Amino acid sequence: MVAVQYFASVREAMGREGEQLELPAGVNTVAELMQFLAGQDADFASLEQGANPLLVAVNQTVVDATAAVEDGDEVAFFPPMTGG
Amino acid sequence: MSISIQTEDFDLAREYEGLRQDAGDPGAIVTFTGLVREIYDASAEPGPENRILSLTLEHYPGMTEKCLQQILDNARQRWDLLACRIIHRVGKLQPHEQIVFVGAASSHRQHAFEAASYLMDYLKSTAPFWKKQETPVDSHWVQARESDAEAIARWQASHSGD
Repeated sequence: MVAVQYFASVREAMGREGEQLELPAGVNTVAELMQFLAGQDADFASLEQGANPLLVAVNQTVVDATAAVEDGDEVAFFPPMTGG
Repeated sequence: MSISIQTEDFDLAREYEGLRQDAGDPGAIVTFTGLVREIYDASAEPGPENRILSLTLEHYPGMTEKCLQQILDNARQRWDLLACRIIHRVGKLQPHEQIVFVGAASSHRQHAFEAASYLMDYLKSTAPFWKKQETPVDSHWVQARESDAEAIARWQASHSGD
């Protein structure tokens, strides 16, 4: 299982805080996971077309789309940070 | 050297005193406090869309703590710091409330000034916090500014080890 989490504007666009999902065969990277999620959910697909870049963290570290995703990982999607 | 993420307010005098105690024999303490503005852009036309009724801060529990600790550790490697502290509030805040505190204590002022500035720049665009603004017109997520990313790029350019 992979724990997917959504934050801020991404959470609102998805209408939920996250989900647990079984990693499908052939999904080994962030890019492949995003492609899978976009196929499952039109809201996710439209995130990538939005004005904001979509950031990804695997196990709480920001990574790029080529990063590996494995069973047991925590994968979070969110917009650019605006703290301070 | 500590971090706090909290809904409650903080007391500047108490935080300053904490840094002073922790540092032992500091020659300089620099503190910065960020507050919620009531007028979002003072240079823009006055209007209801520019007036902030409240600011709601969301974060990514777990990653936020890791990220802030990493920022503190990096600052300690780069400057001679005797003590440092980050406090970031989350939840719903009103105009004029305090949002964020950073403090840096060192033997010399240059280290304390630069470290405090570095902590704020990194915190703003690399720690997982997001602000939502409520105005009389709507409620919207604050957009990241290009100048925030540029601030990070400047620190990286001035230090190849980052």
